[in-house]
Amino acid sequence: MSAVSEIQNAGNGAVGNRNIVVQARGVSKIFRRDAFEVTALDNVSIDIAAGEFVALMGPSGSGKTTLLNMIAAIDRPTSGQLLVLSEDIFLLNDEQTARWRNEHVGYIFQTFNLMPVLTAFENVELPLLLTNLTQQQRRDHVTTALRLVGLGDRMHHLPRQLSGGQEQRVAIARAIVTDPTLIIADEPTGDLDSHSATEVLEILKRLNENFQKTVVMVTHDPHAASYAHVVRHLEKGMLLPIGG
Amino acid sequence: MAIPISYNLRNMRLRKGLTAMTALGIALTVATAVFLMALVAGLNKAFATTGDAQNVLALRKGSDAEMNGGFSLDTVQTLRSLPGVAKTADGQPMVSGELVTIIVLPRKDGTGEVNVTVRGTRPVGIAIRPNIKLAEGRWFHSGQREIVVSKSIHGRFAQSDIGQSMRFGKGDWTVVGVFDSGGSAYDSEIWGDVNQMQSDFDRMGGVSSVYLRAVDTASAVTLAQRINDDQRLHLDGVLETAYYGKQTKSGDTIKFVGTFVAFIMAIGSSFAAMNTMYAAVAYRSREIATLRILGFSRFSILTCFVLESLLLSLLGAAGGILMMIPFNGMQTGTQNQSTFSEVVFALHMTPGVVITAVLFAVTMGFIGGLAPAWHAARQEILVALRG
Ligand SMILES: Nc1ncnc2c1ncn2[C@@H]1O[C@H](COP(=O)(O)OP(=O)(O)OP(=O)(O)O)[C@@H](O)[C@H]1O
Ligand SMILES: [Mg+2]
Repeated sequence: MSAVSEIQNAGNGAVGNRNIVVQARGVSKIFRRDAFEVTALDNVSIDIAAGEFVALMGPSGSGKTTLLNMIAAIDRPTSGQLLVLSEDIFLLNDEQTARWRNEHVGYIFQTFNLMPVLTAFENVELPLLLTNLTQQQRRDHVTTALRLVGLGDRMHHLPRQLSGGQEQRVAIARAIVTDPTLIIADEPTGDLDSHSATEVLEILKRLNENFQKTVVMVTHDPHAASYAHVVRHLEKGMLLPIGG
Repeated sequence: MAIPISYNLRNMRLRKGLTAMTALGIALTVATAVFLMALVAGLNKAFATTGDAQNVLALRKGSDAEMNGGFSLDTVQTLRSLPGVAKTADGQPMVSGELVTIIVLPRKDGTGEVNVTVRGTRPVGIAIRPNIKLAEGRWFHSGQREIVVSKSIHGRFAQSDIGQSMRFGKGDWTVVGVFDSGGSAYDSEIWGDVNQMQSDFDRMGGVSSVYLRAVDTASAVTLAQRINDDQRLHLDGVLETAYYGKQTKSGDTIKFVGTFVAFIMAIGSSFAAMNTMYAAVAYRSREIATLRILGFSRFSILTCFVLESLLLSLLGAAGGILMMIPFNGMQTGTQNQSTFSEVVFALHMTPGVVITAVLFAVTMGFIGGLAPAWHAARQEILVALRG
């Protein structure tokens, strides 16, 4: 029994295809710094269904990262309601939030954010150290995840021994190794050349199509956005209507 | 499971310059502490291993050092007849009236002169101290100007080889042997015939202390009590072990100064560790944020950085202990605060010293690491992600 089939099972499991994974209602976020106030999100409402691939676009400073951070429970809305996987994540305490994120969310950064001193294998294993899996089980899951992103032969390389595209693929493996429902990617191809970018996008597409992962991806690149089913635009913290 | 320890170790290796400098600071502090503790341990050993629970020492009442004594032949006779005193094979009571004085001798290496204890004793005095063995040559003969020196006197003072002679009292004394007392306080003494000594130091018939060997350890306690209680004798009776045990107070000054110096150095090293750990936290701010996003709790982050600081201090401890190993067993001397003569003893790195040194380092690491680790754990993910 491989991690891949487990990933497939989970995709069809508790959260059915029709289920809403993210439900935001009138979410606003105001950053206050000294006398300044920045409205990063302004009354945003959005539903994201399980199995969807959503691209978020918009000019710099329009609140894209802020919205992703709300969904991943990294930051709290100033007002409004946000349910992720039917859970009001802002009722959880620190410890519970961390655990919740470990189980349900895979986060992919523009800058990869791998631990420079750990090998690809060890980086991918990190989130599994918080689970009850045995060492053998962890090894199986890590190997499966790295093979899935085409890096089965680079497991014991350090990040600096990998190309940018390979580093991002390790980061994707790290994001999916716990078999989360939701994959969040903030400009995952922003630092990559077009060839590596396409590789990364193909992987995200495969995770979405073959493994029913819900993907929310921020991008500036129309080519990247073309991989998504739905493209939503943010402007000055406001979410434009679909097709707007 | 927490953040793996290899993450800490490799980060320490990654910034090896800073790691090495900080560990070196801790190592020097640990080395200082080890040195001082080994010194005190050696001194304690010298006194604690001196004496036999079967021996009783009679001193003039109220005097706390042997050489302050001075009592008459009558008194010695009374002591010889006390019940509970062991007898030699030929029926003589094992009682030895001894004369202890201090002389000044030049050091072998020419670094000046030091007070040394000279003990006038007799064959029975040697017999009641079975722990003292002849290492070279022979014992002095009665009625001869002969002396036997302890092993460490032999090593440290001029003219102390067999066949050479030392000048003190009224003339020259020939060295005929070397004795080994196994690191006890006798290791700092020169022994000769008591009658010869009495005439050299114009103390005819006088002794400064009397050693009595009891038939067993229980009788030794009774014997000491009996001497104490006897109004006519006007003497203090103490077990030989208790007498030398009390003299460890010579180590008190070293202990006090040492603790003070080590404490000041420890504060410095803790700050160095703190500084290094703050730098590590700042440098790895984005990694900390990423770990939090992956699901590691604030507590995991706290533990991770405290652990790293502890590893740093353990590295320092290992360094400090290694630095001091070559000095283990090295002999040195200090002045006995009761007799004002030199006590020779060896630096003694006991397991206790090593364990204390490690705990000492770990304490520095913990104190130094706590604030930076706390800072790392407290950071908001978003703030840290930018850092
Ligand atoms: N922690 C913060 N404190 C203060 N202001 C913030 C903070 N985070 C974001 N902002 C502000 O909120 C607004 C939205 O920021 P956000 O990072 O979400 O934009 P973005 O759409 O992701 O931009 P980019 O495309 O440049 O990444 C910006 O004006 C930004 O300056
Ligand atoms: Mg952004």
